[in-house]
Amino acid sequence: MANSQESSLPFQAANLCFRYGAELVIDDISLELRCGEMLGVIGPNGSGKSTLLRLLSGVLQPERGDILLNGRPLAVYTRRQLGRQLAVVPQETIIEFPFSVTEVVLMGRSPHLGGFSFEGRRDLEIVHTAMARCGVSQLAKRSIHELSGGERQRVILARALAQEADILLLDEPGAFLDIRHEVEIYDLLHDLQREGRSIVTVLHDLNLAALYCDRVALLKDGQLMRLGPPGEVITYRAITEVYETEVYVELNTLTGAVNVLPLSRKYREKLAGQEPERRTKKPAPI
Amino acid sequence: MSGEAGAVSREPGALAGYLTFQRFVGVLSVLVVLLCATVVLASLIGSVHIDLARALNGDLLDNTDRVILFETRLPRVLLAAIVGGSLATAGVVLQGLLRNPLAEPHLIGVSGGAALGAVIAVIVVGRGAFAETGLLPLAAALGALLSVGVIYRLALVHGRLQPYVLLLAGVIYNAFAGALILCVNAIADFYQAQGILFWLMGSLATHSYRLVLTIAVYSAVATVWLLLQTRHLNTLSLGEEGAMQLGVDVHRVRRASFIGASLLVGAAVSVSGIVGFVGLIVPHVMRLLLGADHRLLLPASMLAGAIFLIWADTIARTALGVVEIPVGVVTALCGGPFFIYLLKREGSKAFG
Ligand SMILES: Nc1ncnc2c1ncn2[C@@H]1O[C@H](COP(=O)(O)OP(=O)(O)OP(=O)(O)O)[C@@H](O)[C@H]1O
Ligand SMILES: [Mg+2]
Repeated sequence: MANSQESSLPFQAANLCFRYGAELVIDDISLELRCGEMLGVIGPNGSGKSTLLRLLSGVLQPERGDILLNGRPLAVYTRRQLGRQLAVVPQETIIEFPFSVTEVVLMGRSPHLGGFSFEGRRDLEIVHTAMARCGVSQLAKRSIHELSGGERQRVILARALAQEADILLLDEPGAFLDIRHEVEIYDLLHDLQREGRSIVTVLHDLNLAALYCDRVALLKDGQLMRLGPPGEVITYRAITEVYETEVYVELNTLTGAVNVLPLSRKYREKLAGQEPERRTKKPAPI
Repeated sequence: MSGEAGAVSREPGALAGYLTFQRFVGVLSVLVVLLCATVVLASLIGSVHIDLARALNGDLLDNTDRVILFETRLPRVLLAAIVGGSLATAGVVLQGLLRNPLAEPHLIGVSGGAALGAVIAVIVVGRGAFAETGLLPLAAALGALLSVGVIYRLALVHGRLQPYVLLLAGVIYNAFAGALILCVNAIADFYQAQGILFWLMGSLATHSYRLVLTIAVYSAVATVWLLLQTRHLNTLSLGEEGAMQLGVDVHRVRRASFIGASLLVGAAVSVSGIVGFVGLIVPHVMRLLLGADHRLLLPASMLAGAIFLIWADTIARTALGVVEIPVGVVTALCGGPFFIYLLKREGSKAFG
């Protein structure tokens, strides 16, 4: 049982190391993505979250360590095969030429199409549905250069959906989004998860991580500090240690999830020197 | 979002803003008709007036109208069409690959490289040998490929393509290739040297249908080859990493496209010397009119480039009466100001 489960893991990474130049950016990270789960990756700026995602998507090769995709080494797949199994939403997307929104979403069909061909009815249906799900249908004819940051982000997510991949790797899909669109994106990811897709998402909003993720990986300086359910990872101690700032942690009375409140200097000074217990509203874990 | 899904029709017919087969055929048909009209019109225009009815009458003896039309004008117009189409297509491909709307075969030194390749080949093997075999375009293509390789390497700083380094590298490569050509020119014997200088300035004068056919074959092969890469070129505008994540084998596509573009530039330069700016103006205008999808942009730019160079050459051979201006001068006179305008518009992006 344990064996069959292991081979069906979408991702399994062991002892990953990577450096740009001299500095170790990913330092001996091992983690796995379970089938149908949403794994959140959190950590301060520069802690290696994006780099980890780029390693998983195969655009960077680890210096050491192995990555298995559905039980087989990443290297055995062609780019085209990877494009059908993995959809990536990068942290930022720069598109050089003035493609229309529909054209950008249609690019998601690339791994399924040849070098020169017209999209078939099925491709158009998939693209149409993806655009509707991400709320960008009414932008169809607009140039991608004339969108707001949040609109563009949703177009890129629609493109990832159009790939029809079972695994999604997202790098801050909620960046640039207003609160309504942000929760709608995570609700959409939640729906996708229930449809059987496995998701890795980098996010900065610890509260959303606690609300939506099944497990959370906390990174600092390229090292995996903690990995587990949000309630065990997003604690007062871990967050103040890793982010090096004072926060207020409580359990939300409505959702029961951990809430992390960043504090202004006034309150940081007020709480300084008090016992950690006093700084969390019980029964939030420390 | 998921809520809105129900409200929106699931009919893909409601999808808008993409290239349909009908649009593809429609746009290209219009351009083909315009090209045919251009070929006919331009063949009739010239320093000598010709009587079309007389020229088409095959029974007359000593028919100078016929000779001028079919042995001087038409081959020249056809050659202009092929060269213009090749340069514009190469422009589209280089811009897509380098993700830079300012990339142009002449500006980034590819034409210079092709000219150098052709000149060296002519000096080493002799022009006669090439005229027989039709291999001169291949030598020029090799020169172009070499320059693309060098310039690409130079512009790749920390794994990223730097637009300003690209343009500078092009300028320097052009200057270097030009100096080498002058060097070769000085060493070569007088007769050949004259030919080289005349050819370098850019002229489309020809009487040889065989030459037209040879160049047409090179260009056609390269264009079809490149057309098969066009979806990948679209995806490449997301950058190397983005394209890889969408299943594109970036290195293969880049290699294939560089080779195809070099063949086009080689074919064009081997007959007409250096004709600049066609590959800049035409793709840019076409992109404005038709959008960015390379599947349409590439063939449309080919046809529009053909039309553009035919008219530029018509101006070149008629504007000053009997004296001819090199066609490269005409395109540069249009292209220079256009480049400045683009630079001002794109400048903040390209040099930022
Ligand atoms: N292309 C690159 N070349 C050199 N160093 C890089 C490169 N990309 C990232 N780095 C460095 O690697 C480290 C990790 O970067 P990474 O982008 O993975 O961080 P991150 O956790 O995603 O940060 P953020 O929250 O700001 O997105 C940083 O110190 C960064 O400066
Ligand atoms: Mg990042």
